[in-house]
Amino acid sequence: MSVMDQQSGMFKVQQTIGSVLCCKCGVPMPPNAANMCVNCLRSEVDITEGLQKSIQIFYCPECGCYLQPPKTWIKAQWESKELLTFCIKRLKNLNKVKLKNAEFVWTEPHSKRIKVKLTVQAEVLNGAVLEQSYPVEYTVRDNLCESCSRFQANPDQWVASVQLRQHVSHRRTFFYLEQLILRHDAASRAIRIQQVDQGIDFFFGNKSHANSFVEFLRKVVPIEYRQDQQLVSHDVKSSLYNYKYTYSVKICPICREDLVCLPQKVASGLGNLGPLVVCTKVSDNITLLDPRTLRCAFLDARQYWRSGFRSALTSRQLVKYFVFDVEPPVGEATVGGQKYALSYVQIARESDIGKMFYVQTHLGHILKPGDQALGYDIYGANVNDNEMEKYRLSVKNGLPEAILIKKCYDEHRERKQKKTRSWKVKKLPMEVDDSRGRVDPEKNEKEYEEFLRDLEENPELRFNISLYRNKDYQESETASMTDGEGAPSVPIEELLAELDLSAEEEEDDDEEDMAE
Amino acid sequence: MAIRLQYDNNTCEIGVYSKLTNAYCLVSSTSGSTNFFSGFASKLRGVIPIVMTSIGESGTIGTLCVGKKNGLLLPHTTTDQQVQHLRDSLPDRVLVQRTEEPLCALGNAIACNDYFALVHPKLEKETEEIITDVLGVEVFRQTIANNELVGSYCSLSNKGGMVHPDTKVEEMEELASLVQVPLVAGTVNRGSPAISAGLTVNDWTAFCGSDTTSIELSVVNSIFKPIESHPDFVIGDLRKPFIDTYV
Ligand SMILES: [Zn+2]
Ligand SMILES: [Zn+2]
Repeated sequence: MSVMDQQSGMFKVQQTIGSVLCCKCGVPMPPNAANMCVNCLRSEVDITEGLQKSIQIFYCPECGCYLQPPKTWIKAQWESKELLTFCIKRLKNLNKVKLKNAEFVWTEPHSKRIKVKLTVQAEVLNGAVLEQSYPVEYTVRDNLCESCSRFQANPDQWVASVQLRQHVSHRRTFFYLEQLILRHDAASRAIRIQQVDQGIDFFFGNKSHANSFVEFLRKVVPIEYRQDQQLVSHDVKSSLYNYKYTYSVKICPICREDLVCLPQKVASGLGNLGPLVVCTKVSDNITLLDPRTLRCAFLDARQYWRSGFRSALTSRQLVKYFVFDVEPPVGEATVGGQKYALSYVQIARESDIGKMFYVQTHLGHILKPGDQALGYDIYGANVNDNEMEKYRLSVKNGLPEAILIKKCYDEHRERKQKKTRSWKVKKLPMEVDDSRGRVDPEKNEKEYEEFLRDLEENPELRFNISLYRNKDYQESETASMTDGEGAPSVPIEELLAELDLSAEEEEDDDEEDMAE
Repeated sequence: MAIRLQYDNNTCEIGVYSKLTNAYCLVSSTSGSTNFFSGFASKLRGVIPIVMTSIGESGTIGTLCVGKKNGLLLPHTTTDQQVQHLRDSLPDRVLVQRTEEPLCALGNAIACNDYFALVHPKLEKETEEIITDVLGVEVFRQTIANNELVGSYCSLSNKGGMVHPDTKVEEMEELASLVQVPLVAGTVNRGSPAISAGLTVNDWTAFCGSDTTSIELSVVNSIFKPIESHPDFVIGDLRKPFIDTYV
């Protein structure tokens, strides 16, 4: 008797639970409602009797949803909490027992089977409670959901579109992106792809397809996007709403080889980089290199869009220079696997051979006297950029007169008569929409050729895309191209055999290649 | 050895349809087959009278009446004819008495052997006096494992008793000290706590419901110690009750 009981004046008789014999096996046990030990109870009754042990469920492979009869489709990840809830809800008669626990039993995702172990309690024999575990097997049957099958019946009807834009004067980014998309098969679910001014539109039959495409883009280029939805139709009877979704995706307008004059705030944020910097690489972030110090910085999409600066000069404004003298490097650096050497060079513009410039360049490792190079003519050009103007006023010695961007191989290329390459790339089935802006085929073709040259000159760019062997190319030319002095070419080992191109695609590609 | 019995076809609540004492045995006359009666007869014929009867319109005589070797108490629903029939059939020394107790299920409200009775706590004072007079026993108002229907959850003989399986250890000690026989908590009919429905005993025989397991049977045997052969000696006189000298 506790002190509290004594204080409250209550008298409480101590009660000891007695013991009886299990009526079946005779083992002594505390009395329960059935007066049978747990083991005997189990052997006596199966509380899972009449509960479903196997059941079929429907899964839409297009959008990854499970059917909750009669008409609801529920999105759930493999072995997720949502899927478990769904699985339990699908069981009939489960209300006869009390569910204590449920967990997935691992199954191979390809087996099209889901196994769930359920632990249930139920009253048996005069109210004794028995607990029991049992497995339930779900057979997963593929079945297109309504919106997916509606789409299949009418494949041209798109539900979601991705409007990909880059507000620059050329399409080089899109040529590169096209190859990335092909390589990763990222747009295979697009119903229609349309080339428009400053961008590409992708149309999808399903919102989730568009969603995953945007996710892909986010991983390969610095983007910013917005999603809008628009009610297309509303069926009052079935209370079905039909929406169209639009993703407006903007790609960062800074491209490889662009010259940027960083705003003061950004430059100091990057440890007083530049502010005159060259963009050397664009992936999910952009790489900025100061050609005069070989210092570099990486900006991801979020960091970029915070200030949203623009390029001062872009690759279209590159000017050809002759290189007269290259001094031994005064510094070296490796940025993202690419080696750079800081040298002073004597150069003159092709257009005004008499005016010599003595400038710093980060291309000291590849330039030799007698070479040609492409660079930005800051001395002669009328640069229309506020940041550049601010910078010009703030420095005593004035701006550098020229910034070289890359070595130029035009000379070597002109020597070659034929333009046929030993390799080629695939193309997306893209329609051209010129209703919203004139597409100049000549300019387009020239830019594409530049893009192919870029691929040849930069192994780093080729890394993420698939090149295919060109059957029309004659072997003999290989020798002349790899004689050391020539323009860089793609090593034959990098080419993929054309085995995975179907005959039809091959034809298309060939035609396009011919047109180049 | 205790004997398994069945009332008609699937009913194992034999205690509901019979009343066994050391001096007589009542068997429900509503049984559809003769097996129930012959089950008792196999053990009791020639030893004590076996009387078939019903009480009022009911055959559940075991729950309605309470009796010991000296007397039989009947509920107010018993007809005059039935009272007369019982008086005619039972030995003369058995007092047959009808009560006015509102609780007519006397069998469920009272558990007794030849010397002591445990009764429902709310039993009429008058009934308590009748019990004392007719059955010649000492009366204790009790509950068993929080149940007021002490007659349902207890079977007593002069040798021992079985009580509800949930009866606490302390409670059992108290009960045993009242009735002065050893008690055991147990079950009948495969785990059922309704002891008196599945078990009816006197000092030398025990009958159990047909569902009673061998384990339960062995518990019954060990506490009530029924004997094998016909106990001729019991007709003459029972054990000299020590309580007589005690009182
Ligand atoms: Zn057992
Ligand atoms: Zn679907």
